[in-house]
Amino acid sequence: MTATMTKKPLFDGREWTFDTLSRTYDAIEEIAVNELGLDTYPNQLEIISAEQMLDAHSSAGMPLMYPHWSFGKHFVQEEKAYRKGYSGLAYEIVINSNPCISYNMEQNSMPIQTLVMAHAAFGHNHFFKNNYLFRQWTDAGSALDYLEYAKKFVAKCEEERGSPAVEAILDAAHALMDHGVSRYPRPQKPTEREKRERDEEIRNYRARTFNDLWRTVPVKKDKDEKKESAEAIRQAIEMNLPEENLVYFIETYSPVLEDWQRELLSIVRYVAQYFYPQRQTKVMNEGCATFVHHYIVNAMYDRGLITEGAMLEILHSHSSVVFQADFDDPRYSGLNPYALGFGMMQDIKRICTDPKPEDQEWFKDIAGCGDWRGVLKEAWANYRDESFIKQYLSPNMIRSMRLFSLADDANERHYTVTSIHDERGYRGLRERLARSYEIGVVEPDIQVVGADLRGDRTLRLQHTVRNRIPLSERSRDEVLKHLRQLWGYDISLVGVDRETEKKVYETRVS
Amino acid sequence: MHHFIDRRLNPKDKNLGNRQRFMRRARAQIKKVVNDSIKNRKISNADEGETISIPTKGIAEPRFVPSPNGGHRERVFTGNKQFSTGDKIQKPTQGGGGDGGKQAADQGEGEDAFTFALSREEFLDIYFEDLELPDLVKKDFKEIKSFQYKRAGYSLTGTPNQISVRRTIRNSFGRRIALGRPKLEKVEAIEREIAEIEAEGPQSERQYLRLEALRSELDRLTRLRKGIPYLDPIDIRYRRLEKAPKPNTKAVMFCLMDVSGSMGEREKDLAKRFFILLHLFLKRRYDQTDIVFIRHTHEASEVDEDTFFYSRESGGTVVSTALTEMIKVARERYPVDSWNIYAAQASDGDNFPDDGEKCIRLLNTDIMPLCQYFAYVEIVDERELDMFQAPGAGAELWQAYNAVRERWANFEMKHIAQPSDIYPVFRELFAKQVAAG
Repeated sequence: MTATMTKKPLFDGREWTFDTLSRTYDAIEEIAVNELGLDTYPNQLEIISAEQMLDAHSSAGMPLMYPHWSFGKHFVQEEKAYRKGYSGLAYEIVINSNPCISYNMEQNSMPIQTLVMAHAAFGHNHFFKNNYLFRQWTDAGSALDYLEYAKKFVAKCEEERGSPAVEAILDAAHALMDHGVSRYPRPQKPTEREKRERDEEIRNYRARTFNDLWRTVPVKKDKDEKKESAEAIRQAIEMNLPEENLVYFIETYSPVLEDWQRELLSIVRYVAQYFYPQRQTKVMNEGCATFVHHYIVNAMYDRGLITEGAMLEILHSHSSVVFQADFDDPRYSGLNPYALGFGMMQDIKRICTDPKPEDQEWFKDIAGCGDWRGVLKEAWANYRDESFIKQYLSPNMIRSMRLFSLADDANERHYTVTSIHDERGYRGLRERLARSYEIGVVEPDIQVVGADLRGDRTLRLQHTVRNRIPLSERSRDEVLKHLRQLWGYDISLVGVDRETEKKVYETRVS
Repeated sequence: MHHFIDRRLNPKDKNLGNRQRFMRRARAQIKKVVNDSIKNRKISNADEGETISIPTKGIAEPRFVPSPNGGHRERVFTGNKQFSTGDKIQKPTQGGGGDGGKQAADQGEGEDAFTFALSREEFLDIYFEDLELPDLVKKDFKEIKSFQYKRAGYSLTGTPNQISVRRTIRNSFGRRIALGRPKLEKVEAIEREIAEIEAEGPQSERQYLRLEALRSELDRLTRLRKGIPYLDPIDIRYRRLEKAPKPNTKAVMFCLMDVSGSMGEREKDLAKRFFILLHLFLKRRYDQTDIVFIRHTHEASEVDEDTFFYSRESGGTVVSTALTEMIKVARERYPVDSWNIYAAQASDGDNFPDDGEKCIRLLNTDIMPLCQYFAYVEIVDERELDMFQAPGAGAELWQAYNAVRERWANFEMKHIAQPSDIYPVFRELFAKQVAAG
C-alpha cells in the first residue's frame, strides 16, 4: 500500500488534454475491472461542445434522431433554461449501445471529466450490459444503425410525401408513444406449418375420441347470438386481443394506413421500446453509476492518483447530485433518483459488511456476508426500480430519509399520514414507494379490446381505472383524435373500474 | 479497449431543422404575439430578439395521462418532521395560497403558455413577413439591360473551369465498365504472380507454361488498358450557364425628415422611430436597396445615416427645400429608367406659409411621376389626434398634401401621435398589396 501511496497524481489543475484523459481512463478502468469486477461494453468517449450537448439533449439524448418539430420545441425550452442559468447542462450523456458511447462536454474541468468517465463509461455501461431488462428488450449492437435508418426513412418520406403528411403520422404516433411498448414477451406467432400441425392434432384427437352419442344430446336454440359472439371471440383470438401495445395494434390492423405510414409507426414504436427499460430503472441506473463513480474516485484518491483539490471539486459535484430536499423545501421535486439509488446501494454495502441486529432480521441472506460486490452485481443484473426497492429498501434507509406517506382521497377534506419511519411503517412505506416506480401502475392502463374489422370497424379501447383516478380529459380527447386519424374509423373508449368492474365513463370519437 | 473522439468540430445546430419545423408549426400564433408585442417596444431595442409566450394550442403533445385531481392516491415524501401515523392535514383550499405544491403555484394560464426566445433574425423575419415595397418591378421591361447567369444542364463544350467533375467521372466510369477496361488490381495481381515465379526460377514444365500464359495475359491487359483510357475527352461534360434577363429590382428610398426647431424632442423621436423601422425593413428585405437620407430646416442637405438619426440641428421650416434636394439627387444618381424610386417623409406639418403651393407643384410635376410610392407621416400631438381624423382638417402641410393625394394613387399619408401608432401605420403603408397586380 505504501508503494501505491507515493504515486504521482495523474493530473493537476482543471485543464484537460487528450493525454491526461487517456491516462486517467486507464487508471479508472484498472479499478473498475480489478476491484469492482465490472463487465462493460467497449467504450467510445466523445468530446462535444455545449451547443452540441444541447442539441443531443433535446433529441431524446440520442446522437441520431429522425426530424420532428417536437424536438425543436424541447430544444427551444432547454436552450432558454440553459441561457438564463435556470438549469445547468448535463455533464454527460451515455447511450445504450455497443460500443457504449458517452459524450463528455468540453467545458468540464479535468476532475469533472474523471467523475464523468467513472460514472458513465463504467457505471452506466455496466448496468446497460448486465441488467436483464436491457438484455431482454434492447439490442445494444443495432440501436444506432436502426436510428440511422429511421432518420433516412423519415427524410425520404418527407421528400416524397411532403412534411405535413409525415408530421401528421408522427404527431399521432408520439401521442400514443407511452402505449407503444410491449410489456411482456409474447410467444412467437405460430408459423403456417405449426398451424397445420396443430389443426391436424386437433382433428386426430376428435377422431380418436369421437362418440356418436353426443349428437343425440339436445342443445339450446339461441345460436344466432352465440354465433355472433363466437365470431367476435375468433377475431379477438386472431388479433391476440386484448392488446396493450396500441401502436403495434394500429400498425398491424389499421384499415387505412399505407405501408410507409405503418413503417413510421414502427419506428416510433422502436424508440418507445428502446427507452422502456430506462424508464423502469432510473433509480437503479443512476444509483449504480453514482455508486461506481463514488467508489472509483475514492480509490483513486487513496492511491494518490488525484490531488486533494480535484477531490474537493469532485465531492462538491457528487454531493449536489445526490442532494435530496425535504418535502417542505421549495427545491423539493419528488424523490431524487440519484439520492435514493446511491443511498440504497451504500446501505447494501453496509449491510454486507457491518450489519446491525435489525438487518439480520430483515436481510438474512446478505447481512454480514461480506461479499457486497457480489450482492450489488446480482441486484444490478436482476432487478428494476420497483422490485429493487421492494427487496432492498432497509429500515435504516427509511429512517435516514425520514420517509412518510400521505393518502389523498378526493372525497375527503384531509390528507392522512398513513405511515412514517417507525417500526409499524417500514413495510407499508417500502411497498408504497416500490409501487410508485411501477410503470404499470403509474401509467393509465389502456388496452384494445375489440376491433370489428368485418363490421363497422369501430376500435374499442378499455381503460381500467385504478383507484378511481380518471384520465386528464383534455389531453385524452386530443389523443383520441390522433388515434381516430390513424385508425380511420370510430374509436370508443370505455373506463371500467378495476375493483367493481363497473363502467365509469364512455367516450366516442367519430 | 477505448478511444476518444473529438467531436467539437462536428457541425452544431443539428437541431436547427427541428427548430424551424417548430417555428413553422407555431407560426400563426407567434406572429400574432410578435405584432402585439412590437407595439410596446422601445426604439433602442426595435431590432432585438424577444422572449414571447404563445398558447400551447397546436404545439401541445397530448398523451394519456392521469388527471391530477380525483380518486384515491398515496404518495411517499421525504424529510418528515413532526407527523405521526394517523395525523390529518387540512388540504389547501382551492385556488387560495400558493402553498399546495407545484400545481397550485403555477397560475392557471401557466400551463397553457409556452415561452421562448426568438432571435433577432427570426423576430424581424416574422415582423416584416407580409410587408413589401409596392410595385417594385418597373412594368417597362424594355429597359432591361442587366443579365444574370443561370445553371441550365450540361454541355459538351465549355471552358475548363466549368467542368462538372461529378458528371465527367460518372461518364468515364460507365464507359470503362462497358468497354471492359481491366482493373489495376488485376494487372498487379498478375505482375505479382509473375514476379513470384521468376524469383524462385521456374521449376517445372507446368510453371513454364503458366509463366508464358501470365505474360501474354499481362500483355493483353496492358494493351487493353492503353486502348481504353481512364478519362476520355468524350466523357467530359461542362456545366452550362444560360444568360437570363434580370428584372429591374434596383430601388432607392429617399427618407425626408424635418428637423427644424418646431419639431420638439417628442416629434423628432417619433419620426426617427419611423425611419429606423423603415431602415430595418429595407435592409432586411432588399439587400440591394439604396437609401438616401435628407434632412431639412429652412435648407436641406443629404446626410449619412449617423447624422440623420443622431445629430441635432435647428432652424426654420421650408419643406420644399427637401423636395428640391431629392429631385436633384434623383436626377444625378438615380435615373428613373433603371431605378425604382420610393420616398418617405416625416414632419410635424408646420411649413413656411407660402411654401405649401411650391411643394404641391414640385410633387405634381417632378416627384410623383418619378416615384413608385410616396409615403407621408405627420406627427401630431396626442390630444389633437381626434381633431385631425376628419378629412380636410390638419396642419398646413397636411392640407397641401391632401390635394396631391387626390391626384395620385401612389401617394399615401398617415398621422402618428404616439409610439404605439408607428407600427400599425408602418404596416398600413407597406402592407402587401395582393390585389394590386
